[in-house]
Amino acid sequence: MHTKKTPIKFDPDLCVKCETTACLMNCQYIEFADRAEARAEKLKINEGKDSRVLHECLTCYACQEYCPFGNNPFYLLVERQEEKGILPAPKPIVEEQLRMMGPKGRLTKAPVSSPVVNMCTFPMLTGCVRGKLFEGASVIVGTDIFCNVMWLHFAKNSTIRERVPKMIDNIMSFYLSDADTNEMVCFHDECYGTYTSVADAYGIDVPFTPIHPFDFYNQRLDALKAHIKPLNAKIVYQRPCSNRLCPETDSTLDEIFEKIGADRVPRKYDRKTALCCGGVPRAHQRDEFADELVEKNIDDMLTTGATYCVFNCPFCMSTLGQEVADQGLMPILVSDLIQIALGD
Amino acid sequence: MTSDLIARLGEIVGPRYVSGHAEERYLYSMDQGTMPPAAPDAVVMPKNTEEVRQVVRLANELKTPVVPMGAGLVLSGLTRALKGGIIVDMKRMNHIIEVNPKSRYAVVEGGVSQGMLQAYLKKHHPELKHSMPDAPPIATLAGNVCIHGSGHLSVLGGSHSDMLTGMEVVLPTGEIVRTGSCSVAGQWFARSPLPDLSGLFMGWSGTTGIVTKLGIKLFPSYKHNDVLVFVAEDADLMPEIISRLTSTQVAEDMTPWMTPKPEWARGFLHINIAYGAHTKKELTFKRNLLQASVREYADQKIAGFLPLPPPQKGRFLKIPSPDLARFADLRKGGGFEYVGAIMAIEKFADAYRAGLAIAEKYQVSYSLGARIIGAGHCMMFFFAYAFNRADAEDVRRASDALEATNTAALDMGGIPWKAEEPAQKQIIEKMDPETFALMEKIRGVLDPNGIMNPGNWEK
Repeated sequence: MHTKKTPIKFDPDLCVKCETTACLMNCQYIEFADRAEARAEKLKINEGKDSRVLHECLTCYACQEYCPFGNNPFYLLVERQEEKGILPAPKPIVEEQLRMMGPKGRLTKAPVSSPVVNMCTFPMLTGCVRGKLFEGASVIVGTDIFCNVMWLHFAKNSTIRERVPKMIDNIMSFYLSDADTNEMVCFHDECYGTYTSVADAYGIDVPFTPIHPFDFYNQRLDALKAHIKPLNAKIVYQRPCSNRLCPETDSTLDEIFEKIGADRVPRKYDRKTALCCGGVPRAHQRDEFADELVEKNIDDMLTTGATYCVFNCPFCMSTLGQEVADQGLMPILVSDLIQIALGD
Repeated sequence: MTSDLIARLGEIVGPRYVSGHAEERYLYSMDQGTMPPAAPDAVVMPKNTEEVRQVVRLANELKTPVVPMGAGLVLSGLTRALKGGIIVDMKRMNHIIEVNPKSRYAVVEGGVSQGMLQAYLKKHHPELKHSMPDAPPIATLAGNVCIHGSGHLSVLGGSHSDMLTGMEVVLPTGEIVRTGSCSVAGQWFARSPLPDLSGLFMGWSGTTGIVTKLGIKLFPSYKHNDVLVFVAEDADLMPEIISRLTSTQVAEDMTPWMTPKPEWARGFLHINIAYGAHTKKELTFKRNLLQASVREYADQKIAGFLPLPPPQKGRFLKIPSPDLARFADLRKGGGFEYVGAIMAIEKFADAYRAGLAIAEKYQVSYSLGARIIGAGHCMMFFFAYAFNRADAEDVRRASDALEATNTAALDMGGIPWKAEEPAQKQIIEKMDPETFALMEKIRGVLDPNGIMNPGNWEK
């Protein structure tokens, strides 16, 4: 059966009218001689022509955030990569991971109740869902509910189109359809990005309400205000690529840090200029470049005098955690930092 | 005769360390492989070289076979008493005699296990390590050297027999001889420049003597260790990939693996490449060398390195690897055997395809892989089959598959490693007759009464 592909939500006229080409001019990994060159490359992408950007892209998602019109430049770029067979990583690496991360059909219907926390494919982190912060939470986890956004790093929009609706169907039929809630808390904001930004751009219906982890934590901290013992600690934050899909949540994180007494020390590579953790370029066989990013990033962290390096993304922590620990910073997930402040 | 044998052995080793009871005879009649049981008349556990010598002299007097045994984990039944007699279990001779950190060798008794030495070095000489095979840690160093084993430092140091620096051996006629530098200088640093008599005892399946001491090379144990996993789809590329990776001369160990379980791995060819360094900078430098050697494939997008975050590398860095043990229990019956064929690297694709075809034909659970020996000088390609020992039909299928594999390995120019008795006969058929005649002459001189592990290396 042939299913017609829904085109990415993208308006070429907006690009033509754009006076900044912010998507490419802000790119931290590809250099352009001037805006004219960046614009020319962007127009090539729009028109389905080959562009060096398609080959050099680190797939950090940042252009999604940089675009002032929300015109999905990154999703379009990935679409063009796949159309042209421009693989950022070797084929066997992609194919093997496609199988590894594919749905296994192992779910069984289980009762859940609010808050339902989606741990995506991080079963090893289910222990993070504990204490007052997650009181009464039901956990769902596994490759059968995997958000599949990682395929943006591998020129595989087709996999996102194919698998995300199945994942949504699994979440509904195995968990939420009989639950007391229509909300699902995403432990990793990449899932949130899937069910908001990606779903919207790819024309995928989402029948439940995804809740960003920062919004959930922030509300819980209001409810648990009496339990908070301020950390009075300096922290640096490793902002992940996934947060580029929901940049509006970054200010919520500031609120969280303020509530728990964590001082997010300003640094060069935070917020809009956050650097990739290095995991994806390694998948793209660019280890030496990844080394450079890691070194720059950690050197920058060390200038702040921070105690903690706080991660939102479990994959970033897995990739970078040991490196920052070796340099004397304590790697920790946002949720675990909050747990410390709550005494759990 | 048996009660007399037991009594006389008891006089040598003490009554606690000899048995002719049915229980021991049963336990020592087999290993975990598919070879049929062959029970000894007695099992004896000497505690020193002199006791071994006396056991051998007694065996000569009684014209009784003697079968030397380490941990009995060879899987191909080499420590079965094919013609009865005495199994000499070396486990009591488990002293680590010397570690020389400057010349990097250890001298151990014939029953010292891999795990004992590994633990000893970690505790007393953390700057040193030896090459561990992927056998259970109770496997002995002497046994593994004598079968030309290989392990986690085999790209760096070759086969474990290449890492041997000398031996003390009780000959089949009871003399105690030393080979290598220890026979002249008292230290166990090398086999050269003397006539290499150690070769008289390696690869002979216990038919030429009993190793009571041995010296083995030690290597630097690095503070920083890493593993890369290279993935390809085309078996025909593997020899060139292996050649390029080994040409960098920085890997300690390289183990290709191909398995249908887990499902995501089916059809892909992986190579684990382990390497270490004293500093992170040095480690990165070595990684870059390895990656650069096969950059062309990554650029063509036809093969590349699996992105593994540090926490996921732990299982690949375990020594010995737990993966084969897991595979051994795949059929939940504890049966596991493999044909390991020593062969040239360029035969990789042929061996891979032959393994797949045999597994398909005999419907056996399989795992294929290899350990690279030296700088790509050869490989031990293994065709492993798991079976349920309680299921006779399962055992038969595995046994048939193993036999077919031996034939296939020989046909493609490989040589079955630690060959079981039937496979030895297959090898002899292919062997230069003059070579086999020399083997028989040597054995005739060393073992005039034909008491040493008879039934092995015979036409």
